[in-house]
Amino acid sequence: MLEVTHLQKLYRTAETSFEALRDVHFTVAPGEFVCLVGPSGSGKTTLLKCMAGLMKPTSGTVRVADKAVAGPPEGLALVFQEYGRSLFPWLRIAENVELPLKELKIPGKERGARVAEALAHVGLENSARSYPWQLSGGMQQRVAIARAIAYRPDVLLMDEPFAAVDAQTRADLEDLVREIWRDLKITTLFVTHDIDEAVYLAERVIVLSSTPTIVQREMIIDLPSERDQLSTRALPRFSELRHDLYAEIQKAKTHSALTLTA
Amino acid sequence: MSNRLDTLPTFEVRVNTSALSRRRFRARGRATNTLLGCAGLLTVALIAQFLAPLGIVRAQDLPPTTVILAAFIDLLGEATMWMAVYDTIYVWAIGLVVASVAGIVVGVLLGSSEPLRRATSSTVEFLRPIPSVALVPLVVLVFGPRYESALVLVIYAAFWQVLVQTVYGVADVDPVVADTARSYRFSRWGVMRYVIWPTALPFVMTGIRLAATVALVLTVTAQLIIGTPGLGQSIALAESGGANARMYALVLITGLLGLAVNIVVRLVEKRVLAWHMSFRKDASE
Ligand SMILES: Nc1ncnc2c1ncn2[C@@H]1O[C@H](COP(=O)(O)OP(=O)(O)OP(=O)(O)O)[C@@H](O)[C@H]1O
Ligand SMILES: [Mg+2]
Repeated sequence: MLEVTHLQKLYRTAETSFEALRDVHFTVAPGEFVCLVGPSGSGKTTLLKCMAGLMKPTSGTVRVADKAVAGPPEGLALVFQEYGRSLFPWLRIAENVELPLKELKIPGKERGARVAEALAHVGLENSARSYPWQLSGGMQQRVAIARAIAYRPDVLLMDEPFAAVDAQTRADLEDLVREIWRDLKITTLFVTHDIDEAVYLAERVIVLSSTPTIVQREMIIDLPSERDQLSTRALPRFSELRHDLYAEIQKAKTHSALTLTA
Repeated sequence: MSNRLDTLPTFEVRVNTSALSRRRFRARGRATNTLLGCAGLLTVALIAQFLAPLGIVRAQDLPPTTVILAAFIDLLGEATMWMAVYDTIYVWAIGLVVASVAGIVVGVLLGSSEPLRRATSSTVEFLRPIPSVALVPLVVLVFGPRYESALVLVIYAAFWQVLVQTVYGVADVDPVVADTARSYRFSRWGVMRYVIWPTALPFVMTGIRLAATVALVLTVTAQLIIGTPGLGQSIALAESGGANARMYALVLITGLLGLAVNIVVRLVEKRVLAWHMSFRKDASE
């Protein structure tokens, strides 16, 4: 479903050139839930923007549903790291969710139904007529998620979506994302820097190195697919995976394409 | 989906009590301001009343307030005065509308195209500081003492106000919002209509508010200098005819018109930007 092939990204200015991504290479199967982890500044957002067609890679290609990405591809939704700023402040919550559907020229009646369904999905049916700035951070994030699922994407990219919410809300949102993924069978790529979150959510975890970045390791998360905040996190296997991933990320902090491929 | 509400805490829209009390406080502040303004006006009126009788100024230069007020009341009954008011509002309104539309269209174009902005910036920086009044000889030459002359001056002056604000407004689009629209594959028109326009609107409204005042000043000035019909011309006629009380009364009417223009524009701005006002109020906490 998602194919990232030898992706390289240089940030160039007049005098300087900074190699964020060196040679990033991985695939995500249809309907898979993959978490992408890596040290801060390792190029996760850069990678997602290249995949979403918002940024041109220096070399290499991205394919979404077997089509090479040139601009923002059809059927792909991206939930931004700065979710608060990605909502349209002049539109009410329901209108925020509805606008991309309007642009898709979906008839009004179906739009209304999809918006209501998506808002119910994230537990925000009572806030439909509020403005974004009247909501808490966690609620705003759920609006961004509702907007993405109302769009009915085949591929959902999420960039550290829960970085700014409290622990309880975070746990709720994690379950919400798992539930949406399972119910709607959306291929999901989820960026996080939280080790527990990655292990709890994913079927597979991709670990990025420091810059210049390559894929340092892929880990299969062989936990039962029914997950639960208390019992899953209490499994011995969860601790093992968590331990492995922790070690891997510690390593990633000091390793890059320069040391790993030497 | 029904168990969603059990697992997620239900949130309600925050009822912002502090916003309510702040609004009350602000209302009180506004009342005090109005009161102060009235007191100041009254003081000036009172002083003016006694300047001539005390021999400080000549009565024909500055008649006592009561005489001016009497002339004012006389004027209210004159059809020609209302005709002058109508002419003034007419030129002002047409000028403002034309300038606003032109300013918005050009502003959006320049604002959304960096190369275009760079190509025109020196021209803009050259033309913008030219005071409208400096164009009087030119328009008189072209149109003579007709209302088109006034109109051109008004449009010229008001246009820049709207243009500059619109360009700022368009540049103010949040890159994350722009990327969001792009990733949801908004059409070019969709981006314009749903992203650029709402972002620029508060700036555009500020531009129009400034332009409204400038337009009125220029309307009256053109009538005074060129003699196109309207309040400015009436003032000039009263002055040359030695009817000074009448002239002051006309100035008073012009002032009231300015006040009305300001109030109307602010009301419109408030309505158009309802979401924005509360957004900013909340954000500034
Ligand atoms: N526009 C830019 N110009 C130059 N360098 C950039 C630009 N954007 C990002 N970078 C650099 O590229 C690297 C990767 O940035 P990116 O935002 O993709 O990291 P990230 O993994 O998302 O980090 P975080 O976990 O903190 O969100 C960083 O070192 C950053 O300094
Ligand atoms: Mg990032």
